[in-house]
Amino acid sequence: MSEHRVEHATRSSQVGVALIAVTLIALALAPFWGDRQTLRLLAEVYAFVALASLWNLLAGYAGLVSVGQQAFVGLGGYLLFALVIMFDVHPVLAIFIAGPVAAIIAIPVAALTFRLRGAYFAIGTWVVAEVFRLLASQVSVLGGGSGISLPAAAVIAMAPTRQAREFAIYWLALALAVIVLVAIVVLLRSRHGLALTAIRDNETAAQSNGIGVVRIKYIVYVLVAFGTAMIGALIFLQKLRISPDTAFSVNDWTAFVIFITVIGGIGRIEGPIIGTIIFFVMRQTLSDLGSMYLLIMGAVAIVVMLWAPKGVWGLIVERYGWQALPLQRRLVLKDKSRPDA
Amino acid sequence: MTGWFNVILQGVLIGGLYAMFAAGLSLIFGVMRLVNIAHGDLIVLAAYIALMATTSLGLDPLTSLIIVVPAMALIGYALQRGLLNRTLGDDLLPPLLVTFGLSIIIQNGLLELFTADSRKLQAGAIEVQTLQVMQGVWVGALPFIQFVVAVAVIAGLQQLFYRTALGRAFRATSDDQAVAQLMGLDTRHVFAMAMALSLAIVAIAGVFLAVRANFDPSIGPARLIFGFEAVIIGGLGSMWGTLAGGVILGVAQAIGAQIDPGWQLLAGHIAFLVILAVRPQGLFPKVSG
Repeated sequence: MSEHRVEHATRSSQVGVALIAVTLIALALAPFWGDRQTLRLLAEVYAFVALASLWNLLAGYAGLVSVGQQAFVGLGGYLLFALVIMFDVHPVLAIFIAGPVAAIIAIPVAALTFRLRGAYFAIGTWVVAEVFRLLASQVSVLGGGSGISLPAAAVIAMAPTRQAREFAIYWLALALAVIVLVAIVVLLRSRHGLALTAIRDNETAAQSNGIGVVRIKYIVYVLVAFGTAMIGALIFLQKLRISPDTAFSVNDWTAFVIFITVIGGIGRIEGPIIGTIIFFVMRQTLSDLGSMYLLIMGAVAIVVMLWAPKGVWGLIVERYGWQALPLQRRLVLKDKSRPDA
Repeated sequence: MTGWFNVILQGVLIGGLYAMFAAGLSLIFGVMRLVNIAHGDLIVLAAYIALMATTSLGLDPLTSLIIVVPAMALIGYALQRGLLNRTLGDDLLPPLLVTFGLSIIIQNGLLELFTADSRKLQAGAIEVQTLQVMQGVWVGALPFIQFVVAVAVIAGLQQLFYRTALGRAFRATSDDQAVAQLMGLDTRHVFAMAMALSLAIVAIAGVFLAVRANFDPSIGPARLIFGFEAVIIGGLGSMWGTLAGGVILGVAQAIGAQIDPGWQLLAGHIAFLVILAVRPQGLFPKVSG
């Protein structure tokens, strides 16, 4: 019997990890080289990278195409405001409470929406988001339909000066995005990740190999709700104001996120990152066009879906076989003549 | 007592409109397992085409159907032939994402062309005419016509499905696409005909929507959700079930609105979620999705 081991890393992933490490250090130091505008923009980029990565895990790997993730973005935002306003919780702590609470709420939501299959599941999740939006506008303590601002006292409690606050939110956004990405990488490298990849490639085959498809989908849905709500809380901490229409906006938190993932490359971890960069470059150059810009985004997404369904990163992988993160599994047979490596 | 009877009756009548939203959705799902996320935006598009027809040709809204229905059917045929047929297959994502993209394109295209202003079709004297049903209960002529048309549309679809060659082709491709093809059916054409029919119904629904209330480019998704809820409440694949689903949704919303105006939409969604929890196959199921 030959000995063997499973390798994750390739040369490109080693280069990729090194590049990512250098980039991360540069980004972590951004408060020292960037102006206020840059910091705000980058924080927004991180939030979208995280949201798109989470949606990618849900739709690209677990096959749960949700168009209702704004339910959890808004829920996270509203939980933050509720905790700060009604229970005097520190805003940063509130972000970390919003995650688990949203995960608990996601359990019955999944139980209901999982009764719908395929595309009907997608619209079912949208109904749930609508219900959340309508319920939020009924809560008069949180401003009802017109929304509410974060009390000045709580804002000052975070950090005394405006600059310190902006730095804090920036680092928080970067940290959260990194946590979300690392969590996804760890999940995908675990045996559950192998199961998820199998489900992505062929659900029926995965099931016939003994993978508990429904259970894994359930777990992924709840975990994604956890992460999405934390990012939602962060987004509205940065905005300092929340209203039902902005918190549960299907355009902002689902349409953009889906376009980012599809254009970047669905079902690959690098896809949402590439997609977010493309999205923000497009937004910075086309934003003068107003609604035409959304129209172009929609058209680009359709073209990519029909003619390059694996997205930009998919094209790169096909052409060069790169992977930026060590996720692939390769079987390496041990060479007897060499000492154990 | 007549107060509540009145509320429920108005809910039933608006349910006819929801059933029309749902019928087109249900039809294409039945034939090609496609869920059209842009369905609601196409309803709004039909309303704007009717608006153009009435303002430029001076037509009465109901007469404008002569133009709007064929126009939408043509759009449906071209859309399916040119774009949506490419997305059909085993993978769920392409049809979903392409129709989602289409929804965004239609919404923002209408916004570019017509701005975000609310519009309404003026139907003239018929808008204020009423019929007395019983002591103290009156029904508007338009809601009544709308409901009768909805019933006629559903009955017509039922006839078409079970009595005509086209209906046979729809059922055959729905049952087994490959075998239907072997029997000489051009499935690309059959799918395109189904979409044309779906959008013809959308056209009727769009005109009634535009006469009944104000509309603007952003209201499409909510119409999609109403149609979808009516389909699921009624049970997949059942045309008369779709009518029942629309009526239940309309009545739930009317009762909710009576209790508190803020509860109108919420009551409809809750009725849907309750049915999903206790009877996920819908009230009158025919096929499993």
